[in-house]
Amino acid sequence: MITSQQKRQEYRTLFKQNVEKRLIVDKVVRIIIFSCVIIAIIPLGSILIEVFKNGSAAISYEFLTAVPGSIGSGEGGIGPAIQGTLIVIGLSSVIGVPIGVMSGVFLSEYGENKLARTIRFFNDVFMEFPSIVLGIFAFLMIVLILGHFSVWAGAFALSLIMFPIVARTTEESLKMVPITYREAGTALGLKKWVITFRIVISAAKSGMITGILLSVSRIGGETAPLIMTILGSSQFFRGMDVPMDALPLRIWRLSLLPYDSAQLQGWGAALVLIIIILGINLGVRYYFARKKGNNIFGRLIKQGTGGKK
Amino acid sequence: MTAVTFRHHASFNTSSVSKSDSFEGEKEKKYKMIAKDVTIKYGDFVAVKNITMKFPEKSVTALIGPSGCGKTTFLRCLNRMHDMTKGAKVEGKVMIDDIDLYDKSIDPIYHRRKVGMVFQKPNPFPTMSIYDNVTAGLKLNGIKDKKILDEIVEDSLKMAYLWDEVKCDLKKSAIELSGGQQQRLCIARALAIQPEVLLMDEPASALDPIATQKIEETITELKKEYTIIIVTHNMQQAVRVSDYTGFMYLGDLIEFDETKKLFTDPKNELTAKYVQGQFG
Repeated sequence: MITSQQKRQEYRTLFKQNVEKRLIVDKVVRIIIFSCVIIAIIPLGSILIEVFKNGSAAISYEFLTAVPGSIGSGEGGIGPAIQGTLIVIGLSSVIGVPIGVMSGVFLSEYGENKLARTIRFFNDVFMEFPSIVLGIFAFLMIVLILGHFSVWAGAFALSLIMFPIVARTTEESLKMVPITYREAGTALGLKKWVITFRIVISAAKSGMITGILLSVSRIGGETAPLIMTILGSSQFFRGMDVPMDALPLRIWRLSLLPYDSAQLQGWGAALVLIIIILGINLGVRYYFARKKGNNIFGRLIKQGTGGKK
Repeated sequence: MTAVTFRHHASFNTSSVSKSDSFEGEKEKKYKMIAKDVTIKYGDFVAVKNITMKFPEKSVTALIGPSGCGKTTFLRCLNRMHDMTKGAKVEGKVMIDDIDLYDKSIDPIYHRRKVGMVFQKPNPFPTMSIYDNVTAGLKLNGIKDKKILDEIVEDSLKMAYLWDEVKCDLKKSAIELSGGQQQRLCIARALAIQPEVLLMDEPASALDPIATQKIEETITELKKEYTIIIVTHNMQQAVRVSDYTGFMYLGDLIEFDETKKLFTDPKNELTAKYVQGQFG
């Protein structure tokens, strides 16, 4: 018959063994996590390095500003493509962001009913739609009916890609705002839309901006819908109702050409596109970080979503 | 749990001793708010059972009771806060100055402005400065006159005993304040809309003793002008700050009386046990 004291001593030894085992498990898990991160980073890093290595040689003042030269000559640049990308991103954002934000507000603040659940479901489906399908849709709806390729059609197609993303991220960031702020607003006798737009949205701003930037990055690189809508051009912007160039289109065309000089320009264009997207992201983040430097809640959201870019 | 005493009818106003539940015979001036036959349900669960209570003007009424007894639920119905809660249903009447808050023709927004509310956890608006927090209820309702706003900010912060600590730094973000300061800021924010009634839901439960003492001093001072209804877990606090106390248990109002009487000479056995700390 062993005494309870002896038993406890046994347990202590047991727990000690257990601790050692757990420490090993902890180490193993850590190694697995780090290896996964490295495996994920390798392709990403090598793409970036490759683009920089190959693309930087192409960059020059002429390359950034001139219209494309004759095929295979290695002359000219991607001026119209840069201009076109900026125009089409801007225009799509003007259409897509307000619709997306409003949909997100609806889903989050008025979203406890069947209609909202249905919308949420289709929104999620929509978000995963192949972009070429949206391009064909814009082609059928605008290009075929008007009879010509146009900037409007491109912006329409890209905003279709944009607004489900914005709606979803807006909804998620608004839901993260604690209910007690809404209650405080209600108790102050404020109307619901005032609470939503002046209190809740301002608390959720950072998360919403992350979502908008994600969607901008996404459409910045879209090629398929643009082939169906703005077609591509080798001239600067001439109007809303004619074809226009954009960087993804230019990259696509250049990379298909069998000339080294064209491929070099393709790399250069890819580098420019990456820098533009990166620039928009950093610029917007810097602007809002400076404006809302003291906002702990925003900082938390940013920390939570910052790594996702 | 049917032994609900309505002794308070007599004890508040000895001139109108009324055995019945009727409110007509009494002078409404004495009472700022009257809750009549209030029942609150969350789906099938009845959280508050048929409570009738009258809140005398310019006094502090405390609601005490063990967790889950429905005191917070009841307090929130006095401001129609349950409109925001899905599945919550309120029956009965809540009269404020003779107007039924639950009358279908009434927009609760007008009456919420008569009733300020302070919540359990300090919840200043995180993206706003101290100044903007205090003026939120006014600014967002369309009052833009800087002179009026400045006056109200100073007045409200003084009433909440926060002015001296923040007067030099009104543009500072509200979340940089300490917990106790944040709660007093929330009181100032509630006072800024010039309410007549102040509802407080365990306003000091998240605070340390010193901040609690400051909040209690604030309450004592505010009672000169406002009708205050406070939910508290802390019986000593109820004794210190309130004039009247209602004891609730499992959704029933067991006893409602002057605080002194309720704590020293409770009529109900359950109340006696609770105030003596035998359960809780």
